[in-house]
Amino acid sequence: MSEPQKTPLYDLHVELGGKMVDFAGWMMPVNYPAGVATEHKHCREKAALFDVSHMGQVELRGENVAGKLESLCPSSFRTLPEGKARYTFFTNPGGGIMDDLIVANAGDHFFVVVNASMRDQDINHMKRLDIEVKELSRALIAVQGPAAEAIVATHAPIAAELKFMQTALAEINGVEVRLSRIGYTGEDGYEISIPEDKVVEITRLLLEHPDLAPAGLGARDSLRLEAGLCLYGNDIDNSTSPVEANLTWAMQKKRREEGGFPGEERILRELSEGPARKLVGIKPEGRAPARRGVEVADGAGNIIGSITSGGFGPSFGGPISMGYVNADMAIADHAVTLLIRGRPHPATIVKLPFVAQNYKR
Amino acid sequence: MATYYTEEHEWLEVEGDTATLGITKHAAEALGEVVFVELQETGETFDKDDEIGVVESVKAASELYAPLAMEILEANDALEDNPGMVNEDPEGNAWFYKIKIADISELENLLDINAYKALID
Repeated sequence: MSEPQKTPLYDLHVELGGKMVDFAGWMMPVNYPAGVATEHKHCREKAALFDVSHMGQVELRGENVAGKLESLCPSSFRTLPEGKARYTFFTNPGGGIMDDLIVANAGDHFFVVVNASMRDQDINHMKRLDIEVKELSRALIAVQGPAAEAIVATHAPIAAELKFMQTALAEINGVEVRLSRIGYTGEDGYEISIPEDKVVEITRLLLEHPDLAPAGLGARDSLRLEAGLCLYGNDIDNSTSPVEANLTWAMQKKRREEGGFPGEERILRELSEGPARKLVGIKPEGRAPARRGVEVADGAGNIIGSITSGGFGPSFGGPISMGYVNADMAIADHAVTLLIRGRPHPATIVKLPFVAQNYKR
Repeated sequence: MATYYTEEHEWLEVEGDTATLGITKHAAEALGEVVFVELQETGETFDKDDEIGVVESVKAASELYAPLAMEILEANDALEDNPGMVNEDPEGNAWFYKIKIADISELENLLDINAYKALID
């Protein structure tokens, strides 16, 4: 293994007391001295700042980029208006998910953000499209929470005009940045793409706001879990289909009707006949968190599924999980049993999310 | 009365052949906010390295292991109702067990305060 990489904010994380861990080959803060739960709640109540520079930022240019991207993803991009972003995923020939990503129409190009762990795979995948694929050397920070608009608009007034899933160029402190009203916490907020050599000064400037506190990967994970958002590698992967994962909302009608993407055979079949298993929320009734790998059983003790993400929801105030169960058992309020360290614990299947999403639509 | 430590970040305050057992302040800080504690029952006996409990924080689950052969004389059930105690007072009120040590010569294998401090530095 090569040495983990550092984002341009590494020194600032250390200065802020961040506990640095190797995540997908990057040294990232798992939490700061405030701790995961405090950082998490601060995001829900005010606003949190995350460094997500480990994610891959890519510019796509060339002829018919939108149409070519549609050959890799089951979403519509030809109809995506300029200034709008869309959640999507690359599917494989078996109908599984290779990675999930954000695609934005930036006018003269498409702007794509992919997961850190999948950067190389995704870039090689897109390079087969006969388009220009340029990986950007830029930092990416996320400002998330109900106070995010007030904080970001202090420096870039256009922030207040953007709606959820819109993107625009903006200026912060004389630096051109790309501002996208998007996130991974269930809260309103922005991701801001910033030149690497300017990100420290802009981050420091933003952090001067009394309502903004830094948060690490720990809070990022508990926030997205409460919001019912999938984590690639946990809740979705090469074996899970978008239908099983309840992600069909990201497949626009035309694509669902016409197909024309990898894995369409399975995906279209599951759309019409229903999938064998489904991703659901699972709420343990006791205090014990049910983490990834915990088996789910029915009343008779038959294994009907397993947990893919689980932990403690600081804002929810108790343990929460997501996992796949047989489709006939994927019914809200259905009682199930979790086998945590071999012992049965009662739990209930629930609708996601655990904490209401708070987007500015 | 003497206090011993383990490489698994547990402490034992020993009196004769009984001891109070908990996790160290260092362990509690590393875990972060503890949200769940699972304890074994009074009267159960364990060999060295057997799992004797689980501590879960917002971040992760960690097992607690028997530092030596032991029997549980009393479990601190208050921890199950109020897991946050582990962060507030790990080396005091948030003890996990009162135990009976099967063979006090096994204490020789544990660390003293200086050795433990060297370990965590």
